[in-house]
This record gives sequence, structure tokens and C-alpha cells, in this order.
Amino acid sequence: MAGSNPNAKPMDLTLKVWRQRNRTADGQLVDYQVKNISPDMSFLEMLDVLNEDLLHKGEDPVAFDHDCREGICGSCNLYINGRAHGPEPGTTTCQLHMRKFKDGDTIVVEPWRAAAFPVNRDLSVDRSAFDRIIQAGGYVSVNTGGVPDANEIPVPKSIADRAFDAATCIGCGACVASCKNASAMLFVSAKVSQLALLPQGQVERKTRVENMVAQMDKEGFGACTNIGSCAAECPVGISLENIAILNREFLAAKATSNNLA
Amino acid sequence: MSWLSNALSSSIGRKIIMSITGLFLCSFLVIHLIGNLQLFKNDGGVAFNIYSHFMGTNPVIRTIEFVLLAGFVFHIYEAIALTGRNKAARGPQGYKVDNIGQNSPWQSRNMGLLGTIILIFLLVHLYNFFYRARFGDLDPDINSNDDLYTLVASSFKQWWYVLLYVLAQVALAYHLIHGFKSAFQTLGLTHRKYTPFITYFGYAFSIIVCAGFAAMPLYFFFLK
Ligand code: HEM
Ligand code: SF4
Ligand code: FES
Repeated sequence: MAGSNPNAKPMDLTLKVWRQRNRTADGQLVDYQVKNISPDMSFLEMLDVLNEDLLHKGEDPVAFDHDCREGICGSCNLYINGRAHGPEPGTTTCQLHMRKFKDGDTIVVEPWRAAAFPVNRDLSVDRSAFDRIIQAGGYVSVNTGGVPDANEIPVPKSIADRAFDAATCIGCGACVASCKNASAMLFVSAKVSQLALLPQGQVERKTRVENMVAQMDKEGFGACTNIGSCAAECPVGISLENIAILNREFLAAKATSNNLA
Repeated sequence: MSWLSNALSSSIGRKIIMSITGLFLCSFLVIHLIGNLQLFKNDGGVAFNIYSHFMGTNPVIRTIEFVLLAGFVFHIYEAIALTGRNKAARGPQGYKVDNIGQNSPWQSRNMGLLGTIILIFLLVHLYNFFYRARFGDLDPDINSNDDLYTLVASSFKQWWYVLLYVLAQVALAYHLIHGFKSAFQTLGLTHRKYTPFITYFGYAFSIIVCAGFAAMPLYFFFLK
């Protein structure tokens, strides 16, 4: 398939892909050649081509996570040539196109590396630590009953915008993967500040930040040292301002909550 | 009080101690720099020796000295605790290829290294000047104050000493270029109106303070 762009020349690439049978096995980078890759393909489609080749040869395909393939689910997590989601800012791996690479390139593909994200197999990692952090407080408890009227709770536009920006986090974990400290603070801060900004989030405001930070520490993520790699690599542009808000919320909660533990 | 110790040993709590002690150490740098500017006075060290005699004997200053020591101890302790935790968080297998340099400034990723250089400098510095002024046997100057000035002047005639001082100030400048603004971020003291100012101020602060300190050994080596 030559792609839709008639000028797009197909390319041949060398891939160095992390292969690891299971959580406990040792892994290593394995070299593969892929040929006739259209520049219009996404990175994942290129990996599909590789896997088809491998299947034809009777070898195990490379395991990697993906779902929506349109940049919203956050599961297509690959560390490509030393960068989370590859060299292109503001994209997930499924939105990264092969035209960003050149014919003859060697591309190194590794899984996210964090003690809290163990490798399941090959490029697929277990990000359930994020789920447990959300379960610890990243929600608003709502009573059942009738549907509330629209605009019953007034939220100023500027606040709604900031909360919405924070809410766009897709939970991909690129922040953890790219952080020197494997810190999850950008992820946690996005949820904490989204809900702290909104009236609906006030009831659980203090317990939320206390419990989410406690769970984050328990999972073994590192502590933020304000390096900024996370925000630079985040596919949806969650800003570092959220981490300052998280710190502020944490300080205020610890100083004033009724939690004595 | 377990809530307090739990809060302070959490990842954010440790960072908050780092930032408060870091900013406290910055305030110390200002005092230390202003006082030491008397080294540039062309009076054979009389004013500098009066100043250092005051700093070494005044009970208020002597008390604050312990606070300063505590500031360093906590800052360094938390730096070690955080760096250990953060190294472990990557897990046993790191990246084979990591181009983290493309997404972040060097000094931000090397605060521990820069801090270690500062610490080594600090130990040499304390041994040579502080220890000998406090516990050593300096000759008296014309006011019969301990003549620390002559010790400083002769130390800064040795090239390796001057080199160590200047390198340490470069390391400190980089440490603070990241650290100053980082401390405000850690404390949650950010605002769209003021954060740009804090960033520029921190930058200027780092360069001016460290250039001021570095000027002292250079002055004695080249101009005295
Ligand atoms: C003596 C040895 C020192 C060591 C080992 C050390 C180490 C560190 C480390 C590892 C960090 C954390 C990295 C980060 O938060 O980004 C840090 C932050 C910082 N350091 Fe130091 N440092 C030392 C001395 C100093 C001195 C002398 C000063 C200032 C006079 C200073 C000021 C700061 C500031 C302002 C921060 C930022 C705190 C924050 O971001 O929360 N440090 N230091
Ligand atoms: S903050 Fe950004 S990088 Fe981190 S999980 Fe959310 S979307 Fe991904
Ligand atoms: S596959 Fe869903 S974001 Fe890439």
C-alpha cells in the first residue's frame, strides 16, 4: 500500500525492539528489518506490518498496547528513539506518522520504564498503578436522584477552561516514562487540580489530594524535581502549573484536614 | 503528631523541606556576600577583620549559625533521600536509548551532581577559613582582631584554590538557576502574574551572587 500521497516514497527501516517474554524474564533489543513502509502510515501501522511479517515467518509477534488509534485512549505507549511517543511534540504514538522518519533510519523502540509500570511482555506495560491512584480519590461522589438542571451550579468560563485543560489528561503515562525521576506528579496534579477548581470537587477536596498522593508514593513513583520533561512530552499539553496547584492543595490539606494519620 | 511526620516524609513533603531550606540558604548567601564585599576595601583588611570578629563573637549571630547548620543538614539529608527514591523509581531496567536532553535543561537534571560539587567546596572552605578563624591561631592585626584577611589573601594566591572557588561558584550558579524558581514551584507559589518575574529574578540572582563570590579569589590572584 503506497499510501494516499503520490509523492510519498516507501521506506526501509531497521528496528531495534525490546523483546521480553514475561514480567520476570530478561529482555533485550532485537533487530528487525521492515520494508516498503509508507510515510503516511502511523507508527503503529508500521508495527502491524512488522508483526504480519513475523507471523508469516512463524515467529511471535511484538506485543504492544493500542486501542483507539486516534489519540484519546492513552494506551499506545512506546519510548521511541529515546523519547516518549517519539520525537514529535504533542502526539501519541498512534498519531506519530512515519513521514517523521527517513529511509534507512534505525529506530529504537522500548517500553515505558518505571518500577511502578512493570513490563507485561515486550512493549506492553502494566499501568494499573494509575488506576489505583484514581481509585484513591480521583472522582466526585454524586448522589443519585433527578438530573440537575443545566447551569444550576455556576462556573466562571475562565475556571471551566482551566479545569477542562487539566481534564484532557488521557492517562498515558508519558510523563512518568520521560521523567528522570519516574514521577507521576503531572498525572496526579491534572486530576487534583481539575476537581479542585470545580464546585463539584469541593466536598472531597482535602481527602482527595491526601489519598491520591499517598497512593502515588505507595506505588513507588519518584518525587518531582521540576525538571519539566513531563510537560514537554505530554501528548495533550498538561502544564506544570498543575503541579504547583497540587503542591498547594497538598500543603493546605495537610495543614487543615481532620485526618490525623 | 504522626500526621506531621507522615506529611513531611511524603514525596511532596520532602520537596517542601528542600525548597524552604534552599531558599533559606539563598538568604544566607546574600548576607555572606554583602559582608565579604569588605575584602575589596583597600585598607589592609582592617574593616574585614572587624566584621569577621563581630560575626565570630556576637551571640545572635552565633545562635543563627546553628540554624544555618540545620538548614544545610536538612537540605542535604532530603537531597539524599529524594535522589535515592527517584533512582529506585525508574526500576531495575533503564532505557537503552534516552534522549531526555531534548526535553529539559541540563542543570535541572543534575541538581544532585551540582549539590555534591557545592558540598565538597563547602567542606574545604569551612576547614580553611571557618575552622581556622574559630579554632585556629591567627595572628592579631593592628586592632588586635584575628587577622583573617591575611589568611584569605594568601590562600587566594594559590592557583588551585582559586580554580576550586571559581568552579564551585559556577556549580552554585547552575544549582540556583534551577533551584530558585523550582523552590517557588514546589511551594505552590506560582501565579500567571508573578511567576515570570520570579524566573527572571532567580536567573539574575544566581548570576550576580555567584559572580560576586567568584570575583573575590580572582581579585586577590590577579590584582593583589
Ligand atoms: C551542600 C550541598 C547541596 C546539595 C547536595 C544540594 C542538592 C540539591 C538537590 C538534590 C536538590 C533537588 C533538586 C530539585 O529540587 O530540583 C536541590 C534543590 C535546591 N537547592 Fe540544593 N544542594 C546543596 C546546596 C545548596 C545550597 C548551598 C543552596 C543555596 C544557597 C541550595 C539551594 C537549593 C534550592 C533553592 C533548591 C530548590 C528546591 C526545590 O526545588 O524544591 N542548595 N539541592
Ligand atoms: S499528564 Fe500528559 S503525559 Fe501524563 S498521563 Fe496525562 S496525558 Fe499522559
Ligand atoms: S491508541 Fe489510543 S491514544 Fe494511541
